Amino acid sequence: MLATLSAAMLADTSGQALAHASAWAVFAVGATMILTGAAGVILLRNPVHSALMLVVTLFGVALEFIDESADFLAAVQIIVYAGAVVILFLFVIMFLGVDRKEAIAAEPTKLQKPLAALMGLVVLVEILALSRVDHWASGAPAQSGLLNGPGDNVQKLGQAVYTGYLLPFEMTAALLVIAVVATVVLSKRSASTAEPTGPDPLEQAEEPDESEVAL
Amino acid sequence: MSVPSAWYLVLAAVLFTMGATGLLIRRNVLIMFMCIELMLNAVNLTFVTFARLLNDIGGQVDVLFVLVVAAAEVVVGLAIIVALFRRRAAATADDIHILKG
Repeated sequence: MLATLSAAMLADTSGQALAHASAWAVFAVGATMILTGAAGVILLRNPVHSALMLVVTLFGVALEFIDESADFLAAVQIIVYAGAVVILFLFVIMFLGVDRKEAIAAEPTKLQKPLAALMGLVVLVEILALSRVDHWASGAPAQSGLLNGPGDNVQKLGQAVYTGYLLPFEMTAALLVIAVVATVVLSKRSASTAEPTGPDPLEQAEEPDESEVAL
Repeated sequence: MSVPSAWYLVLAAVLFTMGATGLLIRRNVLIMFMCIELMLNAVNLTFVTFARLLNDIGGQVDVLFVLVVAAAEVVVGLAIIVALFRRRAAATADDIHILKG
């Protein structure tokens, strides 16, 4: 009996170790996808390639959501971001015909890239330093519901949205309507005032070179 | 227990930094928009991590709202970019002034 008990305990601990290892593996794969995709978005010359690398990053973020047991958000991340937003990006890129390589050397502002890299480094150091110097959690109990409470993720999320967060939810509905109307107005106005032929003579002096687009 | 929260927070910080750096480096408006999406995703990752850390569903609700606002922002931003392209065949950040009424 002792032998079976110890065997069961051994199996239990190995199961825990397996779960632990798989959580780390999912985290590592997601982190690799996120960083690779972000580097691709920044560094690749072709906007279409950048948009596709953005998809890689978004899938990596969805993987991390699954690893943190935010199941519904992982699904929404893939459907809304990878399914709608990136498709919109790609549609605009193809519609405007800018899917060509950009020139590397076109840099009207001197020192833009080194200064930008320096600023990025400063931002990273600041975030990491700030996260070390203070306690961000107040220790107050959750107002909108427990993450580990009864029910599954979607149920708890829905209850929080439709009870405590009802007013912000209604405001997002208004925001979406405003965005749609604004887009229609922008498109119509620029269609009626756009000059189909040639560039404006007033701006001929600063017309960019056709063959290369600034990075 | 799964991966400690600090790893997710550092990953989100690195992703946010890459988005901010890309926003400063690139001059193509479309790429700058994608870099804003990168930063929004870093913030979403932070929200979800703190939701798990503090056992509070509010972090995940905030991510839902960020998703909605990001969708609306992309729609309006791309409309502005299309309007910019109709005036000129290149869309760098320096050309925004030609949209002045």
